Amino acid sequence: MAHPSSDTHSAAPPHGFAFILRRALISAAIALVLFALMIGVRTEAGPTGVLIYWTRFGDLAALVGAVFVGSIIVELIRTFLGPVEIARRVPDGLRNGLSALRRFAVPALLVFAVLIPVIFYQQRYILDLSILVLTYVMLGWGLNIVVGLAGLLDLGYVAFYAVGAYSYALLSTTFGLSFWICLPLAGILAAFWGMMLGFPVLRLKGDYLAIVTLAFGEIIRIVLLNWQSLTGGPNGISGIPRPTAFGIPLTAGPDGLAARLGIPFSPTHRIVFLFYLILALALLTNWATIRLRRLPIGRAWEALREDEVACRALGINTVVTKLTAFALGAMFGGFAGAFFATRQGFISPESFSFQESALVLAIVVLGGMGSQLGVALAAVAMIGGFELFRGFDQYRMLVFGVAMVLLMIWRPRGLIGHRAPSVYLARRDAIAADLVKEGHG
Amino acid sequence: MTDAPAPPLLTIRALRASYGKIAALKGVDLDVRAGEIVALIGANGAGKSTLMMTVFGRPRARDGRIAFDGRDITHLPTHLVARLRIAQAPEGRRIFPRMTVAENLKMGADATEASAADHAVDLERVLGLFPRLKERLTQRGGTLSGGEQQMLAIGRALMMRPRLLMLDEPSLGLAPLITRQIFDAIRTLNRRDGLTVLIVEQNANQALRLAHRGYVMVNGEITLSGEGRELLQRPEIRAAYLEGGRQRA
Repeated sequence: MAHPSSDTHSAAPPHGFAFILRRALISAAIALVLFALMIGVRTEAGPTGVLIYWTRFGDLAALVGAVFVGSIIVELIRTFLGPVEIARRVPDGLRNGLSALRRFAVPALLVFAVLIPVIFYQQRYILDLSILVLTYVMLGWGLNIVVGLAGLLDLGYVAFYAVGAYSYALLSTTFGLSFWICLPLAGILAAFWGMMLGFPVLRLKGDYLAIVTLAFGEIIRIVLLNWQSLTGGPNGISGIPRPTAFGIPLTAGPDGLAARLGIPFSPTHRIVFLFYLILALALLTNWATIRLRRLPIGRAWEALREDEVACRALGINTVVTKLTAFALGAMFGGFAGAFFATRQGFISPESFSFQESALVLAIVVLGGMGSQLGVALAAVAMIGGFELFRGFDQYRMLVFGVAMVLLMIWRPRGLIGHRAPSVYLARRDAIAADLVKEGHG
Repeated sequence: MTDAPAPPLLTIRALRASYGKIAALKGVDLDVRAGEIVALIGANGAGKSTLMMTVFGRPRARDGRIAFDGRDITHLPTHLVARLRIAQAPEGRRIFPRMTVAENLKMGADATEASAADHAVDLERVLGLFPRLKERLTQRGGTLSGGEQQMLAIGRALMMRPRLLMLDEPSLGLAPLITRQIFDAIRTLNRRDGLTVLIVEQNANQALRLAHRGYVMVNGEITLSGEGRELLQRPEIRAAYLEGGRQRA
């Protein structure tokens, strides 16, 4: 991989034909090794259970050839353009335009989000998808507190989502408590479990923290799977009450909301209500994060991400700071979980696999750690993209993987890699992360 | 200075600390009186930084006693030591690279219970002392030069309204001109505001010129102490730390 280092941006490197050819040959060789067995030999279980296989050397040759030609084209483009530093090539006028756009983007997106049920009232599919996307936006924002702000790599976030979902499911089906009482309880319980996770991992960071949080997520899932008497095990919990509009059920009956308002009943009402519910919850998460970032505790989280030793030297109690980050992140995960349970009406441990944690983490990382707008956009792109490529069927994951790799090459710090300062002085003057490199000299 | 010596602000007695089985401090006695600049000099690995860190509780003191303003702080956790307004500009500066200069300074201010108006006054004072930081307030800390980062580390410590400022090798890796600016700033702080400073340095010449008193540390023990200027004249100091090492500034 040619590294576009900053000291070579004055002149295009003189990459001769031999260099390009060698590169392409190496790429083709790697492709050959990689695909020889994956594509070259196809195995299947035969009718009697024996293994049958046949070779597909033609496909293999085509693929390796494509890699070879593609590699030459990429290298030629690279030689032609020189090491591209897009940020430096964008004229100032355009960049100012973009930053103006960003200022309008947030209110515009917000207005659009509020209007989605109005615009797409007839399209149930889009409404359902929007609810799903917003759930992940909320989870992304919640995890962002832990990973993006406090810098604590948490691979078990789904555990808190699960705690929230099961809290609501159990409290409502066992004690008949309403959604609006269970919601804060689910948040509190999830926050409690966040602290439970926080205590043992106080001294860990980086890879070690990631492994322990991963294990924690699995422990919760496996407990849910095996504690038959309480959680129903793999059968999950069904018949979870649907949410009510503050006590008024959204049903067709005479005391339903539609009847009371004197409008004809439609099952879409409930969907619209759920939409606004998750929108409100997500915005609450966002609002809380933005507020907290400007308070000493928020600054302490960010400082903790940067340098724990320096934090202690500044009188910050790192134990409390870490635990609050875990607890708050978990709390929002718990809210989202309670919402998930009431939307689905049925939950089982299957919904809380590691893949969910990975997905939410990917949203945070792709969005740009710590950027609220970036996380929201990444959630839309990831979940929306997943749906968009449903037509590609088996290539869906491939398209997705390629898109993620390209994004990480193009914007290694995520979609919105810059961090808005939380302390303002005379004027706001954010510097894009890709314009300045970190110097420790 | 008045005739009667001021009572010590920081008292260290028979302090021992170790990393595993390796003893780093072997019974150190040291005093810092209010309003004084004290320099602790010594070669690499003598235990100077360890002494500073032990005051902050990491590594823990194995034996001995550390008292600040009459209060025993030997076993106090780091953040509580800091809350007594003992500030440090640690080794390697340890500023917050992704946060802006203004946010870095704010982190120091967060440690105090002073009002927002007081913070503004403190900020003006720090920026007056290090005008280069003023130009860089909205820049991220990681983009500053080494000298500016050191200024930021000291500035951040000053925002804590310290009663004692501890500096660990503020001249490390800096150009002589920048070092002089930083040492001038420390002198100003001491003379104008009566700030008490403990400075750990390898740059013996400049540190001893700046300090009222100095201690020399060798292998985890204090081998010499006295007035700064007087220590500077000692032949053994000259041989060990000046003529053989750095050139006179």
